[in-house]
Amino acid sequence: MATFGNLSDRLAETFRNLRTKGKLSPADVDTTVREIRRALLDADVALEVVKDFTGKVRERALGDEVNKALNPAQQVVQIVNEELIAILGGEARKIQFAKKPPTIIMLAGLQGAGKTTLAGKLAKWLAKQQHTPLLVAADLQRPNAVQQLQVVAGQAGVAVYAPEPGNGVGNPVTVARDSIKWAIDKQYDVVIVDTAGRLGVDADMMKQAADIRKAVQPDEVLFVIDAMIGQDAVATAKAFQDGVDFTGVVLTKLDGDARGGAALSVASVTGRPIIFASTGESLDDFEPFHPDRMASRILDLGDILTLIEQAQGAFDEEEAAKVAEKFRTDSFTLDDFLGQMQQLRGAGSLKKMIGMLPGAGAMKEQLNNFDEREIVRTEAIIQSMTKAERTNPKLLNGSRRVRIARGSGMTVTDVNQLVQRFEQASKMMKTVAKGGVPQIPGMGPMVGAGFAGGRGKKVQAKKGSKSGNPAKRAAQNAAIASGEKLPGAGGAEAGAPAGSGFGLGGGRGSAPAGGPSEKELESLQKFLGR
Amino acid sequence: MAERTPWSLSGALRGMFAKRTIDQDTWDDLETALITGDFGIDVTDEIVGDLRSKVARYNTTDPKDLQRMLRETLEERFSKLDSTLKLTERPAIVLVVGVNGVGKTTTIGKFAKFLANYNRTVVVGAADTFRAAAVEQVATWAERAGAHIVRPQQEGQDPASVAFQTVEYAKRNNIEIAIIDTAGRLQTKGGLMDELTKIRRVIEKQAPVSEVLLVLDATTGQNGLLQAEAFIEHAGVTGLVLTKLDGSAKAGFVLAVQERTGIPIKLIGQGEGINDLTGFTPHVFVQNLIG
Repeated sequence: MATFGNLSDRLAETFRNLRTKGKLSPADVDTTVREIRRALLDADVALEVVKDFTGKVRERALGDEVNKALNPAQQVVQIVNEELIAILGGEARKIQFAKKPPTIIMLAGLQGAGKTTLAGKLAKWLAKQQHTPLLVAADLQRPNAVQQLQVVAGQAGVAVYAPEPGNGVGNPVTVARDSIKWAIDKQYDVVIVDTAGRLGVDADMMKQAADIRKAVQPDEVLFVIDAMIGQDAVATAKAFQDGVDFTGVVLTKLDGDARGGAALSVASVTGRPIIFASTGESLDDFEPFHPDRMASRILDLGDILTLIEQAQGAFDEEEAAKVAEKFRTDSFTLDDFLGQMQQLRGAGSLKKMIGMLPGAGAMKEQLNNFDEREIVRTEAIIQSMTKAERTNPKLLNGSRRVRIARGSGMTVTDVNQLVQRFEQASKMMKTVAKGGVPQIPGMGPMVGAGFAGGRGKKVQAKKGSKSGNPAKRAAQNAAIASGEKLPGAGGAEAGAPAGSGFGLGGGRGSAPAGGPSEKELESLQKFLGR
Repeated sequence: MAERTPWSLSGALRGMFAKRTIDQDTWDDLETALITGDFGIDVTDEIVGDLRSKVARYNTTDPKDLQRMLRETLEERFSKLDSTLKLTERPAIVLVVGVNGVGKTTTIGKFAKFLANYNRTVVVGAADTFRAAAVEQVATWAERAGAHIVRPQQEGQDPASVAFQTVEYAKRNNIEIAIIDTAGRLQTKGGLMDELTKIRRVIEKQAPVSEVLLVLDATTGQNGLLQAEAFIEHAGVTGLVLTKLDGSAKAGFVLAVQERTGIPIKLIGQGEGINDLTGFTPHVFVQNLIG
């Protein structure tokens, strides 16, 4: 949103006047560092971390490194990115399993951080890897936390140990201790102990957490923290470190629009790695944490790797090849269009995916305006057509269009637009598939165009071009990386929401063939970061 | 509860005000304290700039004056809006919204008790049909507060229909206040935010909504503003509730929220006990904040 500019934008602004200069003066660096400071504070990075961080960046920015660089702005973003990754712990760390099962994992955190939900996610994730997790209901404080854990366990399809009813009844330390015996008895190989939420300043409750820790001797103590937390992250993290001494951190609610500066603060202040990230309400929205991706998120450079992974999960390689073939032979029909769209929806929220693209922060407004239901409406229109019409859109005369509009609850104009978009798209596809460069109306040359507005006057067009453009670029980059032409490269420009589907589909098509390497992505990000 | 550090910037500010004169360190400390209090960089700059010019104008070097001025500035800014709850309709309908895990359900329990203390009859509508065991949680709270409860008739029922039934129940049984719990939702989830709009629309078929309370977690950082903006747009928020103020977070971001959106803070939650909910008084709030 407009109130929070992002770091790369701000840097671009700061450096606009420096483009022609080959090097940075100390004054320029000071201005830049001030901007970095503001941006990091806006991202809720703790002040002490920011101070330390900007000091390092200033030092490096004044060094030779930058002066040799072709574009100082890029270089500074690069430095910041590297420093962020360094603080976040460099490599992703895996969970440590005990040599002799059961592995005991204890969860701790503030109220409402998402411990109980996370317990379910973690259990499901472990179960998928052939572990047999046991959830232990040691939150006897909050009303009906025990029931919640039981329900969550049911959803995850794992066992739960809940001897006490909760709501203030029972001793969590005893429950935790007994659960271990129970787990050994029943041969569960991972025990996840869910504890009550507690405030860092609550001495009694911290002591209780420490007692639970002593009683179960966990292999991992995970500190669960809300990505939206502000400056208090430091105080809280320190309190928990002193209180229970956690071994790793889990970041929750990362699906919101918080920059997640807390991640940086916690990692930096406690020196503990962030192991997992939780990114949604479903029990499957859970993934190992990637420091580099988080750095990109804080910098708003996008998260292409996750995007590609998700696209990989959603798109079928064979299907993509088939579609490419159809483009080439000009037999791409509205039915295929519909199929593509449905695949895209299978990949999850389109907004979420677009949000992972570099510079997405700058187009939040458009993103907010973007209506996911547009896809549903488009589907409705296509589904209101007869088989013959879908295969051969040329059949669509006036009266047929009126019928379709009535059948799908849309207007004739909507139907017309869809048909038009489809025709444009398939024309472009054909050109691309044959190895040509598509002419995209209003797009101009696509080199380094950025998102600087002025494109796509109509809302309709905006959706496609804004969202599609980086997808296409990502796809093209990927194509260059794997040395093949992409069938869907131009599709993203089609202006229809489904257009993005082509772009993404294409991106996926090439990814398995080695995929874009970290380095290429980095350079792409740098390029996009101006 | 024993030995709790009160939520206050006073620790950070004490050293600063104990000094003899105002110097550059004072300003740096002030800035640090405000940023650490989650006021956000923009508000911090405003306050520091404002105080600097005041100090220059009154030509003072005494940190005591600065402390007083800081308190006045904050109090003035916090008290710009009217923070009284408007519950004059019968039934008065209160919709409680917010992101996940901010303490909506707990707040409802405390709020029901708060109203019961004033001899109002209350019904709680358990319209969080999404999260596991949320209905049971709110039912437990309602019981503690001596309030009626309307539960969903089946699992995963449309929250709007639960809300509708709650209002119906309140009308039929002449209950003065109906509080409706909703599922936590991140402000970025368009579909879920639309659901909220629908809940509101459905309630309004029967009776006007008196208050829409947005619950904000004191530990939230600058994202709080984005949350407020989204919920105002989709649910027409009329008041803010600040929870978890018994922790170490200072919730300075609410100043920005209140000023940017024009929505006042109405209630404050400071603990897990059923009586730990109070009305918002700028004077007391600022007093606690800066000591």
